[in-house]
Amino acid sequence: MTAIFQSLPILTAITFIPAAVAAFLAAMKFMMRAEDSSWLDRNARGVSLMTTLAVLFLTIVLVMGFDPSNPDFQFYQEVPWFAEFGLGYRMGVDGISILFILLTNFLMPICILASWNIKKRVTDYMIAFLILQTMMVGVFCALDLVLFYIFFEGGLIPMFIIIGVWGGANRFYASMKFYLYTLLGSVLMLVAMVAMFLQAGTTDITVLLETDFAASIQTWLWLAFFASFAVKMPMWPVHTWLPDAHVEAPTAGSVILAGVLLKLGGYGFLRFSIPMFPDASVMFQPLVFTLSVIAIVYTSLVAFRQTDIKKLIAYSSVAHMGFVTLGIFAMTELGVQGAIFQMLSHGLISGALFLCVGVIYDRMHTREIAFYGGLVHRMPVYAAIFALFSMANVGLPGASGFIGEIMTMAGTFQVNTWAAMGAALGVIFSAVYMLTLYRNVVFGELTNPKLEAITDINAREWIIFIPLIAGTIFLGFFSTPVTDMTAASVNQLISDFTAATAAVAN
Amino acid sequence: MPLIIVFGPLVGAIIAGLFGRFIGDRAAMTITTGLLILSAVLSVFVFFDVAIQHNEQLIPLATWMRIGEFEATWSIRLDTLTAVMFVVVTSVSSLVHVYSWGYMSHDPHRSRFFAYLSLFTFAMLSLVSANDFLQLFFGWEGVGLASYLLIGFWYKKKSANDAAIKAFVTNRVGDFGFALGIMAVFAIFGTIQFDEVFAMAPSMVDTVWTFGPASFQALELVAFLLFIGAMGKSAQFFLHVWLPDAMEGPTPVSALIHAATMVTAGVFLVCRCWPLFDLAPNTSTVVTVIGAITALFAATIGVVQNDIKRVIAYSTCSQLGYMFFAAGLGLYDAAMFHLFTHAFFKALLFLGAGSVIHGLHDEQDMRNMGGTRHALPWTWMLMIIGTLALTGVGIPLLGWGFAGFFSKDMIIEGAFMAGQEGAPFGMIAFWIGCFAALLTSFYSWRLIFFTFHGKYRGKKEVLDHAHDSPPVMLVPLILLAVGAVFAGAAFKDSFVGEDSFAFWGDSLTPGPYAIANYGDQQHASPYDEVTADGADHGAEAAGEEVAPADDHAAPAADDHGAAAEEHGTEAGEHGEGDHGGGHHPPMWVLFAPFVATLTGFIVAWLFYIRHEGLPARIAARGGPLHAFLYNKWYFDEAYRFIFVRGSEKLGDLFWKVGDRRIIDGFGPNGFAGAAMNAARRLSKIQSGYLYHYAFIMLIGVVLLTLWVVARAGGQ
Repeated sequence: MTAIFQSLPILTAITFIPAAVAAFLAAMKFMMRAEDSSWLDRNARGVSLMTTLAVLFLTIVLVMGFDPSNPDFQFYQEVPWFAEFGLGYRMGVDGISILFILLTNFLMPICILASWNIKKRVTDYMIAFLILQTMMVGVFCALDLVLFYIFFEGGLIPMFIIIGVWGGANRFYASMKFYLYTLLGSVLMLVAMVAMFLQAGTTDITVLLETDFAASIQTWLWLAFFASFAVKMPMWPVHTWLPDAHVEAPTAGSVILAGVLLKLGGYGFLRFSIPMFPDASVMFQPLVFTLSVIAIVYTSLVAFRQTDIKKLIAYSSVAHMGFVTLGIFAMTELGVQGAIFQMLSHGLISGALFLCVGVIYDRMHTREIAFYGGLVHRMPVYAAIFALFSMANVGLPGASGFIGEIMTMAGTFQVNTWAAMGAALGVIFSAVYMLTLYRNVVFGELTNPKLEAITDINAREWIIFIPLIAGTIFLGFFSTPVTDMTAASVNQLISDFTAATAAVAN
Repeated sequence: MPLIIVFGPLVGAIIAGLFGRFIGDRAAMTITTGLLILSAVLSVFVFFDVAIQHNEQLIPLATWMRIGEFEATWSIRLDTLTAVMFVVVTSVSSLVHVYSWGYMSHDPHRSRFFAYLSLFTFAMLSLVSANDFLQLFFGWEGVGLASYLLIGFWYKKKSANDAAIKAFVTNRVGDFGFALGIMAVFAIFGTIQFDEVFAMAPSMVDTVWTFGPASFQALELVAFLLFIGAMGKSAQFFLHVWLPDAMEGPTPVSALIHAATMVTAGVFLVCRCWPLFDLAPNTSTVVTVIGAITALFAATIGVVQNDIKRVIAYSTCSQLGYMFFAAGLGLYDAAMFHLFTHAFFKALLFLGAGSVIHGLHDEQDMRNMGGTRHALPWTWMLMIIGTLALTGVGIPLLGWGFAGFFSKDMIIEGAFMAGQEGAPFGMIAFWIGCFAALLTSFYSWRLIFFTFHGKYRGKKEVLDHAHDSPPVMLVPLILLAVGAVFAGAAFKDSFVGEDSFAFWGDSLTPGPYAIANYGDQQHASPYDEVTADGADHGAEAAGEEVAPADDHAAPAADDHGAAAEEHGTEAGEHGEGDHGGGHHPPMWVLFAPFVATLTGFIVAWLFYIRHEGLPARIAARGGPLHAFLYNKWYFDEAYRFIFVRGSEKLGDLFWKVGDRRIIDGFGPNGFAGAAMNAARRLSKIQSGYLYHYAFIMLIGVVLLTLWVVARAGGQ
């Protein structure tokens, strides 16, 4: 039964259903007369929501069928494609990637719901999101370099468009910055991929994972991949695109940006840098630790001084991603597991925080902290939800954020105590900026007369928040459903890594 | 039964918090208060079952985290230490719930208030019933959250919000240490379960933890980091700044959280981890010194404050200092005893102060009080009982006195004995203890005289409308007063005396006093018992857990045995006694705190009854000492300058110079400026660069393919 199930092209289905629906919408729009497009706009939202829910259902089926005790790639599918050159359409998931697919497809229906109020070019907007979904899921499924590259870089195009078309006033600058940063990283990664192909003669990731690259080449390949992943993470000092991109992006764009796109870098480290270039990873460990700790301390302090709610949360994201890089490069079971957990948890929490900002932005059309104050008098339910996610962001035990942080730090402590100590400073700073933000926005007297008529969250917003609240709290109290899922693959990763570095040492 | 104790308050909190708006305030208050009273009653049963009948239990509930050896579980660990805390927490909490019916009767957000109180109680109970460091940390942060919410309960007030943030952030500084302590425990011991860690501790004495250029004794490092956490939560010197400001919260909160229970969590942590602290002499010395400094320093500030709640807050700070220096000197039992008695009389004092504030219509400044004892006779009497207990009034040789007499004198005498045996700073702690007792007596009586005696100094109409509190507030006060009178005498033998060996079981070692006096008749140390029923214990452990536990159980029991032997010898030496023939300290030591207390009372009487206007004149004349004390040693100003301004400046520097000028200026903006100009000139389509990007990516893929093809063709 399982064997048959495993042989079904379920990954392909999950990946490409959104793109197919997007193509269908595009075709409809193309064929329709302009005066009918409002009919299409009205229905595009519903169609997209149904599509993403169906994909979510399929993903849950996928997760149920996944065998957590098997560390290898499952649901593997290979179709020859320029086979004479070693290329191929190869898809598969292991314990490291499967939960990211779940996260992506879990957030998508929420994003569609959160975009219900979009007025401008609704069909185009939905098309962009559906294509984005295909690209993101594809990244986590792809087991071929070329395929990975196409998904990895291709995903940025719809994101540019979302920011550039539906973004805020300064969207042009923001997407330009985004573009420049990622371009630099991508070009280097492309060169490295070509070099890898020349070395190994194949683009099959499963084969590349077994390939031993010479130590001298590893260094260069590692650096090239690092350039790309560090920008995506983003790590200090290549993080400055993120606050601008977040500020200009529409709410759902921010959710996907923080929830999924930032995880591509972490996933890349786990899929490529650590297993393929283990010696270089050891060599650059101090560099990554240093940059991570700087990121945590530096961006936390910068977050503290922000006057724009979204910028503050964006900087806080950079700080939280610092824990991820720290945990990954600790290269202990605890560190890597913690890093994966932290990425998932951050996907929920930061996504929810951006949605919280979206709620008041929709009503007041400003993100200035100074504009608000005393919201609790008019929006008690909103205040409670915002408080919950603020505390989750602070890393309070009982919410999922704590588990990722304590695991990555404990995993790092064993390897580099100083780095763990530096990171632990984030425990203090996150409280400072988050509580200050919360006080200024929610507490105090309601002094701004424009806020008098603000309304509490409506039914649609309730539906958006409930799954996020449930996820954050459930994972905060029971982390084993996640860590048991990832355990086998992570342990394999660590033992391969240890064996590889030990072989060199001898 | 333990499940109901712990989760009852949580259920109450959820019902009152989420559904309070639908079921109404009254229903929410009834449910939360009812569940808490139930918890309190059951706690008493559990106390007898565990502490007297010795039915220690471990109830595993669920797994929280499990990564290899890193395993944290949700469980309820019931030993005497937990049982004592259960009684303290649930009894004070239920009384505070009842009291709040009266105190908060005019507040529009009562169901929210009761939800927070119950949430706090749940978090505190999960803290004290933890079986590993992470669950303890969960409770630790949970009480911090509840404290934050309750300090900022009146969220309209800016000062309340500021105080709440200050409390949370200062606690986080402590948590920084605590979290690192947990990491260190895991890195060094490979587990975070209490029993496994403590069993392994004796074999780790010589282990050194090296990182970079630094290296530390592993146990010292762990104990020190944990103590930083304790300092934050228990408002010890350097991290004390949040506690006085926390008085912005409603007074019942001050009584429950900032006097009786939460702030004692640090003491609990040190006592829970006594096997670590016992083997970390240097850290224990630090604990002693910080505790002694806090005891003295907070008392000096308490002497000159005019806000009735702040006086009591500094008093709390000072009493926590007593508990810590006791723990630092190895008098864990005395520290716990003082924690136990202190909970009753300090809650009594706070709720009494609340009764005064309530009666005088939210007046908190003692300069506007005076002579109110006629208007508030019940409150006056109860406050005097609280004061007698706090100042430790009693007659040394008769063994008769109020609760504080037994616990505080035990600490002071114990410090003397420890000092005589050469414990570092023991003697200094003794003298500081005596002097702080004098100050305690002075500020406590000053509070009574200033508030209730002399001439009334406030607005006349306030006094005219002054009223004593309703029964719903007075009954909890009376019950606490009973505790303040009898808790010391009733439990002296169990906590620190003859029965302490049996009473504490494995959970705590009796202090040198008990060992010196009764050690010969009893087991020399609780570890002996472990040895005696080591086999049972091992078998039990193996039975409770699944198969792999077997490997653990056997060596654990062995280690216990080894530790017990070591300890036994040590205790034997103590027992032989190098302190002058008797097991008791000299007579003058017994009388020293008594004299100090009496002196404090007399001085207060002279200043505030005999020469009523004198203190005001001294204060008016000022003088640097008064200003220094009145401004709390200028800690707030210094911290504001260093940390608040510092982080603001640094944040601005990183943001405006680091991010904007350096990273953006040299990075993307340089390029972007040029590219944007080019794009604007070349193309009218605003998003033209997108196509460029897509184009470049396409070129990349094509190039890659071409390269592959060319290479394949060349072969």
